[in-house]
Amino acid sequence: MANPVFERIQADITANPVMLYMKGTAMFPQCGFSARVVQILSHMGVPFKTANVLEDAELRDGIKEFSSWPTVPQLYVKGEFVGGCDIVTEMFQSGELKATLEEKGVPVAGE
Amino acid sequence: MAMPANEIEALIKAALPDAQVTIEDLAGDGDHYAATVVSAMFRGKSRVQQHQIVYAALRGRMGGELHALALQTSAPE
Repeated sequence: MANPVFERIQADITANPVMLYMKGTAMFPQCGFSARVVQILSHMGVPFKTANVLEDAELRDGIKEFSSWPTVPQLYVKGEFVGGCDIVTEMFQSGELKATLEEKGVPVAGE
Repeated sequence: MAMPANEIEALIKAALPDAQVTIEDLAGDGDHYAATVVSAMFRGKSRVQQHQIVYAALRGRMGGELHALALQTSAPE
């Protein structure tokens, strides 16, 4: 029986083109790594939805199992796991993040 | 709740015998490291897959004992 929280996650990442699982919220990130991803997405003018794993223990473990990635934050674009903080940062600096977003039909306002 | 750098290196090398590993202790607290790992095992794999190989080598310590590990992975030129 798949992890029940997987359905919830699947629904979230399908309903929201850009979905960020993080510690804290976009307004009040509670971890430097989560804050950095929020900064990057905001800088690029990309609308995104967040889920605060600190308020949801089931989600906090479930998301790590779902992507077999041991840490948070985790960024999903059009239902696909893109990476954690260092990968998203690396992609942002190289311009790959903008390319990936645009390729998947997510408008990028900033650069 | 910390991990010595040499233990991280040993675990990665156990899983990736050809790996060249450099580890930097970012905060001096044994909990926040940056590591570069070069291994032929990464060839043809996406960045996410490469990092997943390293996390698997750390056998579950990542996110628990080890709070932060900024990874730079690549295949040898």
